[in-house]
Amino acid sequence: MTELLQSLVRGLGSGSVYALLAIGFVIIYKSMRVISFAQPAFMLAGAVLVSYLVTGMNFFLAVLVAAALVALLGVGVERTALRPMIGKPVFVISIITLGVDVVIRVVVNSYIGLDVRQVGDPWGLRTVSLFGVDVQQRYLAMFLTTMVLVTVLFVFFKYSRMGLAMRATAFDQEVALSQGVSVGGVFALSWAIAGALAAIAGVFVSTGAGLDQSLWIIALKALPVIILGGLDSVGGAVIAGLAVGVFESIVGTYGGRVSHLFDGEFAQVSPYILMMLVLLVRPYGLFGTREVERV
Amino acid sequence: MRTTATRGRPELYTSYRQEIALLNTRPKRVWVTAMVLVAVLMPFSLTDDVLQLLATGFVAAIGAIGLNIVTGYAGQVSLGHAFFLAIGAYTAAALSGDPDGRVIGFGVTSLPVWLLAAGAAAALAGVIVAPLAVRLRGLYLAIVTLALVFIGEHVFRDWTDLTGGPGVGRPAAVPTLFGQRLDVDGEFFTKSQKLYLLMLVLLVIFAVLARNLVRSRTGRAMAAVRDRDIAASVIGIDLTKYKLIAFAVSSFYAGVAGALLYVTIGFFDPGSFNLLMSVQYIAMILIGGVATISGSIMGAMFITLLPRITRELPAVLPFVSSDATGRISVFQVEAILYGLLIIGFLIFEPRGMYGIWIRIRNYWKSWPFSY
Repeated sequence: MTELLQSLVRGLGSGSVYALLAIGFVIIYKSMRVISFAQPAFMLAGAVLVSYLVTGMNFFLAVLVAAALVALLGVGVERTALRPMIGKPVFVISIITLGVDVVIRVVVNSYIGLDVRQVGDPWGLRTVSLFGVDVQQRYLAMFLTTMVLVTVLFVFFKYSRMGLAMRATAFDQEVALSQGVSVGGVFALSWAIAGALAAIAGVFVSTGAGLDQSLWIIALKALPVIILGGLDSVGGAVIAGLAVGVFESIVGTYGGRVSHLFDGEFAQVSPYILMMLVLLVRPYGLFGTREVERV
Repeated sequence: MRTTATRGRPELYTSYRQEIALLNTRPKRVWVTAMVLVAVLMPFSLTDDVLQLLATGFVAAIGAIGLNIVTGYAGQVSLGHAFFLAIGAYTAAALSGDPDGRVIGFGVTSLPVWLLAAGAAAALAGVIVAPLAVRLRGLYLAIVTLALVFIGEHVFRDWTDLTGGPGVGRPAAVPTLFGQRLDVDGEFFTKSQKLYLLMLVLLVIFAVLARNLVRSRTGRAMAAVRDRDIAASVIGIDLTKYKLIAFAVSSFYAGVAGALLYVTIGFFDPGSFNLLMSVQYIAMILIGGVATISGSIMGAMFITLLPRITRELPAVLPFVSSDATGRISVFQVEAILYGLLIIGFLIFEPRGMYGIWIRIRNYWKSWPFSY
């Protein structure tokens, strides 16, 4: 029972990281209809920035500064590499983000070097007793932060003027433009939000063991999440993120006992297999909008 | 065939068959013949390491043509090309491997046998994946094929009996043709010369086959599916069938390329079939030219030769260091170049190197009255 609860908490923790990354993907997708493969680079950039900033300032301040800087980076990428491509096929734009990812990651990697860097988080590997079960503090921190951020985002989308503008743009770009919405501003803001969320996710991923050059692979696990949740559903991204995290963690704990085929690294690829199975049944994810086509 | 009416008017076609012919203009006939001749004569004037590089480029070109069939012609974005390459590579290596070795091997070293088997195994995998492609569109498909790479990477890493395990690897396929080993120095030709000629012949065969496929009814159907799948199905094109064909043919090419890819080096590691490899193939067709066979070849040669070119950089640019320890090393320059080239070509020349060639050709076609 203790084992189950522990892997559940671990799953919710890593699941909230996936959710943060997935929300970034979904926000960009909703505004531009593009899947941004640059998220891994933003995540890595955020973690690396914090690992340098933390030597001079408080950890939480460092996270905020890093998130702001990566948000700026996101806006910069959007302006230089993506704005010229508006109106081109979405596949082409997505491939451009793939190129952006490679370029940013090479630059960031040169600041990581070959060693493992620490982000200097206050949690480390310390545990806290929760209903009689020892769970790591960092997983709780991940989960709580994500819940707070998700609430803030929902309130923002629902009640603020800019949030309304973003929803309008997601609904129909041209109509939004004709109503006076700055669609370019919406694009920039969505890249900024996605960058900031990725940076925070990167910091959380690097808590505990630290960060190295292979960390970016984790960001791609947000892809099964957005497919499961549906590409255009923020709520779906949160739920699917947590679900994928828990699924992965449970497979990691119990998979090896079922068969040796499912032990070791299998947990790492289990989200992808889950995604393929779900797609066979529901091609537009669990919460995505079904595209209606009449032939 | 040419009647008096067309004399002096080489581009006047009097039949449809004439227009879609393989080499429909005189310059094409002349230049293709000349290029093939130069390529055949090359092994007698170049050093072995350059020949090996070119041979690898030819193999990559076969793989790139395969990706171009599914992504360029049929419009089904595949980020999973590395997975199909891996299936081909392991089928061929296992078939031709040493039966008494530490990894699985059956000792069938005849090149045509393992080459076709590798292609068939990969094509089978493509057919299994295709039903997903039929249900999914665009970016959903891209993500699913990306997942294939990760799942494949995991399977090949764990299946050490077949792959030798990460960091160890296994010997690549052994090429024998008519009882002759092609990967050892022979009486008349060196190893590199033999492999270069082998890859060249195979590239020409597969390029012509692909060209024939895409100018046929099947190819036109694929293009229709790419341009507007709903419209295509309205005019009676069976989407399932043509997506299936595209995936099967593309995977067959990938399998063949995978089988040959490591023959020159002789050894390979399960870790090499990763996302980066898929991105490289995407880069090849984007830089070369989407939905063109000649573009696939140009792009593949370019991407294969790129590391060689960047290795010369430290001599020109002093701030680039040649080892991996410096802040700006050649490896980093190379990786950044992939990214920048993909972005640059997509923004400024979406038709790739093929498009640049078309521009040059059109300039000289109307010279001196080109505007």
